[in-house]
Amino acid sequence: MLKVEGINVYYGNIHAIKEISFEVNQGEIVTLIGANGAGKSTILNTISGLYHSKTGKIEFEGRSIGHLPPHKVLALGLAQVPEGRRIFARMSVEENLEMGGYTRPGGEIAASLEDVYQRFPRLSERRKQIAGTLSGGEQQMLAMGRALMAKPSLLMLDEPSMGLAPLLVEQIFEIIRELHAAGTTILLVEQNAQMALSVADRAYVLETGKIVMEGPAAELLEDDKVRSAYLGE
Amino acid sequence: MAFLSTLFSQIINGLQSGSIYALVALGYSMVYGIIMLLNFAHGDIIMVGAYVVWLSMTSFGLHPLFSILLAVAVSTLLGVVIEKVAYAPLRSSPRLSLLITAIGISFLLENGFQLIFGAGAKVVPTLISGPTFQIGGASISTPALVTLGVTVVIMIGLTLLVQKTRLGRAMRAVSEDMGAAQLMGVNINTTISFTFALGSALAAVASALYLSSYAQASPTMGSMLGLKAFVAAVLGGIGSLPGAMLGGLVIGLAEALVSAAGLSVWKDGVVFAILIVVLLVRPSGLLGKPMKEKV
Repeated sequence: MLKVEGINVYYGNIHAIKEISFEVNQGEIVTLIGANGAGKSTILNTISGLYHSKTGKIEFEGRSIGHLPPHKVLALGLAQVPEGRRIFARMSVEENLEMGGYTRPGGEIAASLEDVYQRFPRLSERRKQIAGTLSGGEQQMLAMGRALMAKPSLLMLDEPSMGLAPLLVEQIFEIIRELHAAGTTILLVEQNAQMALSVADRAYVLETGKIVMEGPAAELLEDDKVRSAYLGE
Repeated sequence: MAFLSTLFSQIINGLQSGSIYALVALGYSMVYGIIMLLNFAHGDIIMVGAYVVWLSMTSFGLHPLFSILLAVAVSTLLGVVIEKVAYAPLRSSPRLSLLITAIGISFLLENGFQLIFGAGAKVVPTLISGPTFQIGGASISTPALVTLGVTVVIMIGLTLLVQKTRLGRAMRAVSEDMGAAQLMGVNINTTISFTFALGSALAAVASALYLSSYAQASPTMGSMLGLKAFVAAVLGGIGSLPGAMLGGLVIGLAEALVSAAGLSVWKDGVVFAILIVVLLVRPSGLLGKPMKEKV
């Protein structure tokens, strides 16, 4: 479904992403794990079209998308929940969700809003509230609901567990499982390797801009190197 | 009693020039909100609008209303072209480069018009005529009434546009977080162009309203008007649209009250004194409260 081949991204002189290749198949949950600064967010933002790679290619459902601007990537069904949630803090919850449906025809917005409110009843209770006043967990739900408004076939999540209490992390991952069960393919970037590997089908391990390991998530969860480097054992 | 009617007349004057500052300040604030640029060429759009009105009325004999519409169209187009040609290529450059470019565009327009039309002022024929109304000893001219009325309508319309429409929401989203707005599918090039178009159209309307009371066009007319509107935008809180409206009216009233007190030579000085005080005491302006965001 998504195929990334040999991309390189630079920030000025810093070679942030080095010859990255990986793929996500229809119906999978794939995770990219790695320490802070390994280049995980840069990869997602390159797929989303915020950055462009001068080499290699990115294909989505057989179409080359590496040169497309972000709004065209989204229109193909590839949405991202960015790192740090990046909700529009001065807008209401509902306006945030409406922004999520920005590329959809106006007539379909109301139905999608209802879907999101059904999945996240907390957002429904707070639809008129200014988004900046929500708690961290609610903001994460809003960021996810906002991305779902675009009806993506592939949802990319960047550190959805960041800064959340363990109970909320459980809740967010439960939602990820539900979205997956409902037919959404998921590309998950996480520092919380334990949670990410337990939910994913396959995983790639990143170190300083390079993929150093890949395989079924269950196997990586048992791998000694992964356990010592990322699971704190 | 004579004092009261003078005061009242000056308040009307203040609201009239304040309306014009407010319309121009809106353009400054919108552009700053979207791309963090103090667009110092914005004042010169007023000047271009004034020359279009002058030219179309005196050389082509157009009806005042059509002249104004033409000025709005030309200014809108000019604002969009300036952004595309001069600012868009610098989008990932340091903000200082953008600021210097804006000042360069300002010089280009002022000197270009001086070259083409000469440095002297051009007299613009009457745009708006009508009776002067007397209310309790004070007088309100038709241009003043039209200025106030048009400004109120534009402010309501603009507020609705920004708060209620899809495009307005996109503008707010881009001004809050450009990257996140892009991830929502907002085409920032379109949004930025639209913002410049809107700001420039408002500047042209302000230009026509200005000409209705001070019927002269000159190459440098936009610089002082633009600077005062800039002060108004900073006073209200740059980036805030209600702030720009409020700031414009306050600046206009301050000027008028200084004149009412018989100190009209200090008019310009007071405006810039306000700028200094705002920057010292409340740099975020009257309505531009920086909101805390949770991470």
